[in-house]
Amino acid sequence: MAMINLDHLSANPLLPAVQAAMIEAIQKNYGNPSSQHKIGDQAAVALDKARESVAGLIHCATPKEVVFTSGGTESINHAIKGVAFAKADKGKHIVTSNIEHNAVLRTLRRLKMMGYQVTSLPVDEHGRVDPGDVAKAITDETILVTIMHSNNEIGTIQPIEEIARITRDKKVIFHSDATDSVGVVPMDVQKLGVDLLSFASNTFYGPTGVGGLYVRRGTMIWPLLDGGVQENNKRAGTENLIGIIGMGAAAELAIKDMPSRITYAKHLKEKLLRELPNHIEEYIVNGHPEWSLPHLVSISIKYIEGESVVLLLDEESIAVSTRSACAAGALQASHVLLSIGRDFADAQGTMVITFGEDNTEEDVERFLTVLQVAVKTLREISPLYQKPAN
Amino acid sequence: MYSKTVMDHFKNPRNVGVIEGADGVGEVGNPLCGDMMSIYLKIKDEKIHDIKFQTFGCGAAIAVSSMLSEMAKGKSLDDAKRISNKDVADALEGLPKNKLHCSNLGADALKLAIQDYEDKKAGKKRPTPKRAEKHEHTHGDKCYCPYCDSEVEEGATFCMACQTDLEEAH
Repeated sequence: MAMINLDHLSANPLLPAVQAAMIEAIQKNYGNPSSQHKIGDQAAVALDKARESVAGLIHCATPKEVVFTSGGTESINHAIKGVAFAKADKGKHIVTSNIEHNAVLRTLRRLKMMGYQVTSLPVDEHGRVDPGDVAKAITDETILVTIMHSNNEIGTIQPIEEIARITRDKKVIFHSDATDSVGVVPMDVQKLGVDLLSFASNTFYGPTGVGGLYVRRGTMIWPLLDGGVQENNKRAGTENLIGIIGMGAAAELAIKDMPSRITYAKHLKEKLLRELPNHIEEYIVNGHPEWSLPHLVSISIKYIEGESVVLLLDEESIAVSTRSACAAGALQASHVLLSIGRDFADAQGTMVITFGEDNTEEDVERFLTVLQVAVKTLREISPLYQKPAN
Repeated sequence: MYSKTVMDHFKNPRNVGVIEGADGVGEVGNPLCGDMMSIYLKIKDEKIHDIKFQTFGCGAAIAVSSMLSEMAKGKSLDDAKRISNKDVADALEGLPKNKLHCSNLGADALKLAIQDYEDKKAGKKRPTPKRAEKHEHTHGDKCYCPYCDSEVEEGATFCMACQTDLEEAH
């Protein structure tokens, strides 16, 4: 049976046009963009073209503001550590939120080991940061605010524009981890007002292992990798040209197809949420009803654990994601779900469904049918379901 | 990720349910990592005549409960007490390293259920089943990282050896 992928946040198929661009590059464009000969020139032309495409996707003032990286994690590390190191003489205080991705959390933990101070802000029950809290948290020592654009577990989109007005006013650098947003929802870095923005190619049907960091012109930031002068002196090392060409092709398609992709994903999401009550009882829909990724559904199903659901769905050739501690290998309930008020048991029963171009209405129906059986099976085993009084 | 035996026991768990008027009940759980388990025993001639379980947890936790119930059924109480966490994991053809803690739950719940039976028989007041909030220190006094088995300090929330968050799970 063909696999139904309802986990597009984890993995997207490479679109045919992306594959074609990469295969052509593998066959014809093996050069090093830094070389001073025709083989290098050809590579440099392809690199520039991809940079223009990606810059177009996020509306940079100039393509030079795009730094290609190995993905979202590197971009985030680069943004946070790059500013922390460059501005250490001004201060060592960083402001963030309680629901960031591990790439942010652990980068900040590393900086704390090195003497930096971090203020982490709470979120409301929908997972949104109050911009007023950001304003209050900024001190004379603050060098960076890092708050994600959208959350990968609940889909909530943050009030980035409002936060950026505050950081600009207070002359603090603002980084946003937009790994799950860029290529999915419209993104205009100039309108948003961010100084740094991290993103990844595989979010929008590009290859894995390649991403980007938007660096507003004039932003004080050190490279994460030192060496050559590639990427406008911001990221040393010979570029992953094949991956970057794939990312460029995916960016062009995202620009063109985004409106129809959003409409289609919203349609599937609404169908799922509308029909879910006919299949299971006692669940919570996580995230903000309006400020949310159009393709993401996050639900906490009571009395059962998420990894078990994923395994049972996988047996029926349906791929979904869970945020249960057991599946994450972290042995602790998701900090995001606890931050929005889920208790430990509900956090354990949380699944994340993300739609893509390849999904159909039939996929949603089959998912609901299989989910209904899986939930029933697991609740029959669960001591919590038998004794809900506890 | 899981062995065939684990998947078999997860998909077709044996001995699921509750025994009304059980002779012994054992409940363990760790809401932090999410697994909770209840074991019910019917004892005849100091042997486990019947055993049922309920589990809230991942695939490994459910498979461990099922395998444990099969291993314990028919055994004398003394033999059943000797079933170790490792025995269960071995019978399942191994568990991924970060799932070994799940196997602790099974043998712990069984021991508690047997204890409950023996206490009742000895006329002791039946203790209220209590779910433990934290894992016991199973290797003696020292704490070990559940991922890489390196020794960590009591109360440590981060394993320096494998760079992993530990929180309360060590």
